[in-house]
Amino acid sequence: MKFGVVIFPGSNCDCDCCRVVEQVMEEPVDLIWHEADSVDGYDCIILPGGFSYGNYLRAGAIASHSPVMGAVKEAAADGKLVMGICNGFQVLTEAGLLPGVLQRNKNLRFICKFLHLKVEHNKSAFTNACSPGQVLRIPIAHDEGNYYVDPKVLAEMEEKGQILFRYCDADGMVSAEANPNGSLGNIAGICNREGNVMGMMPYPERSAEEILTSADGRLIFESVLRHLKEL
Amino acid sequence: MIEPKVYREMGLNDAEYAQIVEILGRHPNYTEVGMYAVMWSEHCGYKYSRPVLKLFPTAGPRVLQGPGENAGAVDVGDGMAVVMKIESHNHPSAVEPYEGAATGVGGIVRDIFTMGARPMAALNSLRFGELSDARTRYLFDRAVAGIAGYGNCIGVPSVAGEVYFDDCYEGNPLINAMCLGLVKSDKIARSSASGAGNSVMYVGAKTGRDGIHGATFASVELSDESEERRSPTQVGDPFTEKLLIEATLEALNTGHIVGIQDMGAAGLTCSTTEMAAKGDSGMEVDISLVPRREEGMTPYEIMLSESQERMLLVAAKGHENEVKDIFEKWGLDAVVIGRLTDDGIVRIYDNGELAAEVPAKSLAEDTPVYYMEARIPDYIAQVKHFDKDELPQIEDFESVLEVLLRRHNIASKEYIYRQYDHMAQINTVVLPGSDASVLRLKGTGRGLAVTVDCNSRYCYLDPYTGSAIAVAEAARNVVCSGAEPAAVTDCLNFGNPEKPEIFWQFRQAVEGISAACRAFGVPVISGNVSFYNESQGVAIYPTPAIGVLGVIEDIERRCTSFFKNDGDAVVVLGFNGPGLDGSEYLKAMHGRVAGCPSLDLDKEKRLQACCLKAIRSGLLASAHDIAEGGLAVALAESCFNTEGSHGVSVEISSDGLRQDDALFGEAQSRILVSLAPSKLDKLMKLAAEHDVPLMVIGAVGGSNLIIDLDESRVIDLQIEKIESAWRGSIEEALA
Repeated sequence: MKFGVVIFPGSNCDCDCCRVVEQVMEEPVDLIWHEADSVDGYDCIILPGGFSYGNYLRAGAIASHSPVMGAVKEAAADGKLVMGICNGFQVLTEAGLLPGVLQRNKNLRFICKFLHLKVEHNKSAFTNACSPGQVLRIPIAHDEGNYYVDPKVLAEMEEKGQILFRYCDADGMVSAEANPNGSLGNIAGICNREGNVMGMMPYPERSAEEILTSADGRLIFESVLRHLKEL
Repeated sequence: MIEPKVYREMGLNDAEYAQIVEILGRHPNYTEVGMYAVMWSEHCGYKYSRPVLKLFPTAGPRVLQGPGENAGAVDVGDGMAVVMKIESHNHPSAVEPYEGAATGVGGIVRDIFTMGARPMAALNSLRFGELSDARTRYLFDRAVAGIAGYGNCIGVPSVAGEVYFDDCYEGNPLINAMCLGLVKSDKIARSSASGAGNSVMYVGAKTGRDGIHGATFASVELSDESEERRSPTQVGDPFTEKLLIEATLEALNTGHIVGIQDMGAAGLTCSTTEMAAKGDSGMEVDISLVPRREEGMTPYEIMLSESQERMLLVAAKGHENEVKDIFEKWGLDAVVIGRLTDDGIVRIYDNGELAAEVPAKSLAEDTPVYYMEARIPDYIAQVKHFDKDELPQIEDFESVLEVLLRRHNIASKEYIYRQYDHMAQINTVVLPGSDASVLRLKGTGRGLAVTVDCNSRYCYLDPYTGSAIAVAEAARNVVCSGAEPAAVTDCLNFGNPEKPEIFWQFRQAVEGISAACRAFGVPVISGNVSFYNESQGVAIYPTPAIGVLGVIEDIERRCTSFFKNDGDAVVVLGFNGPGLDGSEYLKAMHGRVAGCPSLDLDKEKRLQACCLKAIRSGLLASAHDIAEGGLAVALAESCFNTEGSHGVSVEISSDGLRQDDALFGEAQSRILVSLAPSKLDKLMKLAAEHDVPLMVIGAVGGSNLIIDLDESRVIDLQIEKIESAWRGSIEEALA
């Protein structure tokens, strides 16, 4: 199973993703330069966190026009797995690969902290190693993670199981108090209708080893591997 | 010939001008005077501080690079080195807090990757007036946002820091930024430029008119006119910095870079003359080749610009294109602007025409040095008059504790560090909030503990002892995390050194730091001096911020300050004694700043050795330095564990002290620890071996903080209630 991690100018978390894939999951991984015109040969493509192009204009807006994104779109259309984490999620919405937008946090400040996510269901390529309703402890670190989408689209997404993670408290209660950034419906992560493109604001690679006080993020990578092996 | 008015405005005095004339054998032109003025300013040339800084111990078995380079470096094992430095960006931040603080981060991070090290963690030490003041709230909020905006974008986690609020900083806040990076010991890059014929390359962002004379601006007191001097503040572009980090590290990896230096204070002037001077070289540069973002810039402006995100490097002749290609891949300019010569002269051409011709060493090394007069300030005698028996007794200790926990100097700093990405690079294994933050060194089984500390009220009362305490406390914080202190970096923030009373404070502080560093065997490997921190003629408290790096041999044996298990024994390790002098309690409850804090270096050393051994032996569940607010506050802080709070119940006796002193006194050399009762015997044995007193005072458990003092219950407070007050206090003040 081969992973590819895209580097845009300003990507920060490419090395963290590589470490987790390579050292924790023990799978091969390559870095993919933003000017690449092909992403052939990868089973899963990760768009990492960071500040691509300084997040100038809008978070993820400029990166979504990178040459590599043309190839990523093709791969997504072919059913390859694409995973956007934090800034990568923002890039995916800007590129139209995922519905909705990520606005500035409600408090207009950057927020970095561990919090809890409720796994909505485990029928996804990105959650099949979790149990439904499982509570994961995974950190966020973002300025623009306030998810919004048109209510009609949201209803459709809910129906099709496109909501994968919601912010919740330690007991799994999805409440306003547990919502760090004002996201609609406490949404922390979604996938496209086909289920092969996923975006999440929390950082699974920052919680994939016990030493980082939580290894729950590992389950996301395990899900991907399980899905790929079952294909 | 230059008019006296002109060079005086640039910061040179008549004697210094005469010295320039003598060096050159002629009158300097305008550009040359500007170059001498910045290089001979205190900010660049350390003309007042240099003789005093020689007191620092700078050598040690781990030291790979001491002061004098872009940053210091120490060996941390496995062929790896940590590069570290702290630097001030005070005056720009007083005028434009967002950009001032942001570019402070940018500057210190460049100092680190210029050494070939990947920046792995940033810290900051901040000082503001009281948050009751509206302008202070603005400065504070914008400075924090600036640090967040820059640091988060470049992917360097801001893992630790400290902030104090006091009226003395109202007109002159302090923004000190610290950074550390990791590099293979044999790959440390340096700023020395040698090899005549090698190419001088300009890389990074384009040059504009921002920041001209920033270094000189840093070398005067702030006044009402400072608002008018916005041009000395630079504007940062963290995205360019991030590209510069990646491109520079990649370029250094080629082995074709002979020397490299960040263009920080004094821009091209500083980098050309310092690099040439260090390599015993000369340099010829044509500034018409410098990439610019403004038209019509004069040679003076180009040489003095402090535009951010730029570096000067010397590439081995014949390899310029390989270097250029790497920078261009990252979308950055890389231009050959000149070459090295062997005559020690820096010649600046503008389109072929000679614009300046100066001996490199005369600017970079032969700075005038002044041995300033030092005089003990009058206030010292006054503050020493402190008869604590005259203080009224306060009976309600519960409300005292509640007041102290809300004090912004004691309250949780999470409002700040939540805004910083402190987890990028996935090394932060002890997050901000404990005594020090802990970073793992991937693939080694070891780790680093880092902190920065300074109680400047102690330093005001007694600069020597206060500064020694700053070192002791920072080292203690690192020890409480399970690390052995390995190196110090310091940022010495003081008033105007031309005033004998300020210079006395400065000298005393350096002597105090030196004594403590010698006692603990920890060298000073880098640092920065920031003078002229005064507004309306009133100086800040002497504020020597001390950054300490510690090495954890076994990362699994790291320790935090939080209680973890109900039933664990709670122990005070160390030396009880009077500690109301200079305490937060004294200021908060009695409105006084008085007394003489004291420190016994030998006791401190034994305490730290004992605590470190206990952690390394796996005896302790938690260790927390007893500092501001004394034992009562330390107990509360240890209860406030983000992974699940605990209660605690202790019984203590005042034992000859005032009762308020027993609870809130800040006597040094004390650590609050918790451990499984079954391990108490071993800890007692260890304490006896180190001749360190030990007092078992109670146990972790319940949902309250309970303190019995002299057999009566003086404090019984719900953890939930006091924790939320402590966590929310700073944010409430801003609302």
